[in-house]
Amino acid sequence: MDWPAARVSLWLAALTVLSLLPVALWLARWLATSSARARPAVEAALLLPLLLPPTVIGFYLLTTLGGAAPLGQWLGERLGLRLVFSFEGLLFASWLINLPFMVQPLQRAFAAIPRSVREAAWVSGLSGWRTFWRIELPLAWPGVLAGVALTFAHTLGEFGVVLMVGGNIAGQTRTLSIAIYDRVQAFDTAGAGQMSLLLVALSLAALALVFALNRRNPLQER
Amino acid sequence: MRRRSVVAGALAACWAAAARADGAGAVRVAAASDLQFALPELAAGFERGTGIRVELSFGSSGNFARQIEQGAPLELFLSADESFALRLADAGLTANRGALYALGRIALIVPAASALALDDRLDGVRRGLAQVQRFSIANPEHAPYGRAAREALTAVGLWPQLQPLLVLGENVSQATQFVATGAAQAGITAASLALAPSLAAQTRRHLLPESLHQPLRQRMVLMKNPRPAAQAFYEHLRGADARAVLARFGFAPAEAAR
Repeated sequence: MDWPAARVSLWLAALTVLSLLPVALWLARWLATSSARARPAVEAALLLPLLLPPTVIGFYLLTTLGGAAPLGQWLGERLGLRLVFSFEGLLFASWLINLPFMVQPLQRAFAAIPRSVREAAWVSGLSGWRTFWRIELPLAWPGVLAGVALTFAHTLGEFGVVLMVGGNIAGQTRTLSIAIYDRVQAFDTAGAGQMSLLLVALSLAALALVFALNRRNPLQER
Repeated sequence: MRRRSVVAGALAACWAAAARADGAGAVRVAAASDLQFALPELAAGFERGTGIRVELSFGSSGNFARQIEQGAPLELFLSADESFALRLADAGLTANRGALYALGRIALIVPAASALALDDRLDGVRRGLAQVQRFSIANPEHAPYGRAAREALTAVGLWPQLQPLLVLGENVSQATQFVATGAAQAGITAASLALAPSLAAQTRRHLLPESLHQPLRQRMVLMKNPRPAAQAFYEHLRGADARAVLARFGFAPAEAAR
């Protein structure tokens, strides 16, 4: 059992969810309520990672952020950021890939809230921020949970990008899915089996937790 | 009734088209990724001479061995590590125990712009260690060239310093790719990939002495009851022309095997 790999996978999934959620909330609410001209273009761009194979994203990351590429050099020299063969790079990739998984359910949830509800809140004297916090977010709660669950589980299972830009460094970029692949390659079926079982258990636990939380939807309790 | 025959006809047409698309007559060959550049040239020569088409897939030898064990319809298997070929022979899946076709060599490789000096004992890398943030090799746990790279680094005494800097390619081709894109500042890879013309513009390389690692014995095996076409390609690969091509791509002749 490769515990460092399990730690990397869990960290990656948790950090992806935490860092993506605020941005996705803002984006999703904007997409659900805005009538801006640019909206369809933004929506399409956000969905793109869902359609592209992870290898395409891996390819672009490797060729634009590698040490030989101008952008990669600039990031390295100015900001000290190395986005290939590093945990930060995996986080960045996983952020990109998971945008649609987080934004889509949130957007549907926000879009389902009638405009009249929001207006009623304003008329009752709630500020825009308090309306969002007290009215819209609770109403969109199932969407939030769905987005979080999808993103977490999807990150745990991500393989293609990690294989392409991770470089298989123990404790940093070797995730469980890569470790499993390695064990299979080395004809170590027992090792691969144990880790696969762990991944099944983790994913199931994450989803079960989400559904348990969903039952405690603050609005449904009332 | 008529509708059913139309459906059956359409299905048959699809079937025929699919059979043609996957090349019913072509010899299906699975080869270790170190043959990525040499084998297409060999296959092209064979196709010109005989008119028999050859279908090549490249990947990690271990993966192919497992796929063949599970019944993948491959006819000839060229393994970078003979143990995988012999494993299939022991399982009774092959026509015989096959033939050694070459010995693999390894090479030190850096991006073209690198200031590192390249030499037999990696002294240039040792001196320029500060320029190396990442050193790329194939995964030594299962890739034969990764194992040879580890042996070579151990032999020149650089393993302790380089181990924390290692990035591991899933196979030797990916390990080469990491250096070619400049993502890693140096690496050890298969000479047959390092010497490929298509990488010449992006990299500099240096063939490392064979004394630094155990011989990389490359063996090919025909699967059981081979078709004559597959057998012909197997013989073609043992011929003098093929040997010359393999030598040009940095393989050592199989006779050099101890």
